[in-house]
Amino acid sequence: MHLIKLIFRNTLRHKLRTGLTMVGLVVAILSFGLLQTVVDAWYAGAEGAAPDRLITRNAVSLMVPLPLHYREKIRSVDGVKAVAAANWFAGVYQDPKNFFPQFAVEPAYFSMFPEYRIPDAQFRAFFRDRQGALVGRKLAQTYGFRVGDVVPLKGTIFPGTWTFVVRGIYDGADAKTDTSQFFFHWDYLNETVKARTPALANRIGIFIVQIADVDRAAEVSEEVDALFRNSPAETLTETEKAFQIGFVRQTEAILIAVRIVSFLVIFIILAVMANTMAMTARERRGEYATLKTLGFGGGFLAALIFGESLAIAVIGSLVGVALTFPVAEWFASEMGTLFPVFEVSRETVMLQGACALAVGTAAALFPARRAIRVRIVDGLRAIG
Amino acid sequence: MVIPLRYSLRNLRTRRLTTILTSGGMALVVFVFAAVQMLDTGLRQTLVATGQPDNILVTRRAAGTEISSAIDRAQAAIIELQPEIASGLDTRRLASKEAVVLITLPKRETGVATNVTTRGIGPAGTALRPQLHIVAGRMFRFGTSEIIVGQSIAHRFNGAGVGQYMRFGGREWTVVGIFAAGGSAFDSEVWGDAEQLMQAFRRQTYSSVVARLTEAGALDALAQRLENDPRLTLDVKREREFYEEQSRLMSNFISYLGLTLSVIFSIGAMIGAMITMYAAVANRVGEIGTLRALGFRRAAVLWAFLFEAILLGAVGGIVGIALASLMQLVQISTLNWQSFSELAFSFTLTPRIVLSSFAFALLMGVIGGFLPAVRAARLSIIDALRAI
Repeated sequence: MHLIKLIFRNTLRHKLRTGLTMVGLVVAILSFGLLQTVVDAWYAGAEGAAPDRLITRNAVSLMVPLPLHYREKIRSVDGVKAVAAANWFAGVYQDPKNFFPQFAVEPAYFSMFPEYRIPDAQFRAFFRDRQGALVGRKLAQTYGFRVGDVVPLKGTIFPGTWTFVVRGIYDGADAKTDTSQFFFHWDYLNETVKARTPALANRIGIFIVQIADVDRAAEVSEEVDALFRNSPAETLTETEKAFQIGFVRQTEAILIAVRIVSFLVIFIILAVMANTMAMTARERRGEYATLKTLGFGGGFLAALIFGESLAIAVIGSLVGVALTFPVAEWFASEMGTLFPVFEVSRETVMLQGACALAVGTAAALFPARRAIRVRIVDGLRAIG
Repeated sequence: MVIPLRYSLRNLRTRRLTTILTSGGMALVVFVFAAVQMLDTGLRQTLVATGQPDNILVTRRAAGTEISSAIDRAQAAIIELQPEIASGLDTRRLASKEAVVLITLPKRETGVATNVTTRGIGPAGTALRPQLHIVAGRMFRFGTSEIIVGQSIAHRFNGAGVGQYMRFGGREWTVVGIFAAGGSAFDSEVWGDAEQLMQAFRRQTYSSVVARLTEAGALDALAQRLENDPRLTLDVKREREFYEEQSRLMSNFISYLGLTLSVIFSIGAMIGAMITMYAAVANRVGEIGTLRALGFRRAAVLWAFLFEAILLGAVGGIVGIALASLMQLVQISTLNWQSFSELAFSFTLTPRIVLSSFAFALLMGVIGGFLPAVRAARLSIIDALRAI
């Protein structure tokens, strides 16, 4: 009990120093948490993938299209429940800065993605309107889209200006669902392209394949690809998760850099914290000697120093963790659709805590060792 | 009267551990600050080196990238015959009609499937890019399934050595040479004959037309004529501008993220400096009193302590920049979001980055040391002398 009281009093002896150290810790723990969340957000697409969905694309690369008639052939493969074509549209809304994903999809698409929650009336309205579009909640909030709004997009892959009418706004089943997307009818895309640029018609970016049995994913993928082997457009079929991770891994270098940097800030704060503890212990050498004279052992001194260091680290990190949530929310709303899913995960919070404990412990190591070793005579002789 | 600089220097030396820890924190911040700028500079230099100043690049209107662009043969022929396009030694126009396709290749070390730009060029393609030369093997022959690969590709991908084969578009392609392109984006590309690539991929259209202008100033007239031609829906840009735009998204991302992080991290380091300097002042109250009693003015005391903080920053700055300069050995390869393909670039250190990083370090020292120095200067002589 005395120990805890002593630690508490010691912590408050240099209010300015303790306060500054804690502010530093708060900043470090907060930025560490945000950086980890940024990395998580990158993987969010893969996290939201369902095991019963496969993606079939051209084996050469995603940018090379597949012929339309593949759809029926894929559907005939045993174990395939449904197939839907989707095309990446890459239109520009007002300014290239306003990036959000746009897909032209077939009706079957929505039954494969039950995580998109659309009110029935809006869904029917979408089907009745050839130029109709379904937009995600987050996207709608970012650009202020409401049902009935007309949204013009300038095509980059498919030339010309395209107008769509928002017919519905979908919500996600949970926070991990991407609600920053824009969907419209594949038929509308194809018919318009036939009239404007016939060379681009009847071409599919990807097929989404729903399978009946999750355990047969590898087998079905193999069978689909075997159908088109040695044809002019060979396919590559993989699970949705593998497909999404494939995207992320190409920008891996940047992710690794962000990870490294997020640990650098922990080292920066470790240096600050260690400095604080070293100075504190140096100033109290006389006291430690006095305590030793009174019969307190090295263990007690070490407990004093570790206790103080950990107390500062724990309080600082608690504030830091508590601040992470509102700041992350603010950051996500500022970034709009750039990070469709931006959620502070439980692992991040645990990592923050672990880092704070490690910093608190490491910072006390040297001062504690010195305090244990100091000879009473030298300690008593020391001033300031 | 000025307190000798030695006074400040010696104080730092006496408190070695504290000095090392405080400067160490600052060094890490400076490292992040410098490394991010180096990355951004490297990226820009790579893409700027890709474009020649008097080359133009024509894509379909609003396409933005070569991948999403398409120019049919009739349109390409019109562009080639414009009077502003220069002629080569053989009196043919210096214009290359190019087909760009992305292919997926697995990286050698990680096995990650990566998008690689494959560029089919016309006969004038190499003459238009003087930065390009063959470093191993030979140039491919037009009309065959031969290809040459950039040196970044040769280093990072399987099957990209001279004499090896790559399979895409239903054909086997023989790698007959490796080229270096002066650290430009072409180093991360595979080159072959445009007509062969188009056949393999059953394409009817080119992606872009690259051409040399007779003189750099001829662009405006040419662009205006082409853009007003009802047969064409094209964008005409200088090749250099085109590639600068390709790097904009990534470059903005790197510099915004980097700047934000540096500023946030520097708060931590400045707090460290502040703690150190407050302690330095608190421990030396008696000394300060003595100095004042000897006749040194408040300003002199302020300067002595501020200088000590600046020294801390300077040490951190030098160490941080030294660490960052080691990063020049590292090459980063990643997906460029705009062109959607692999791009390799290195950390590039310039004198400007050295200067700005050092100034940043000194600034951290000044901000961290200012309040403590003010406190030291404001101590009254009598209280200070009594403090022991």
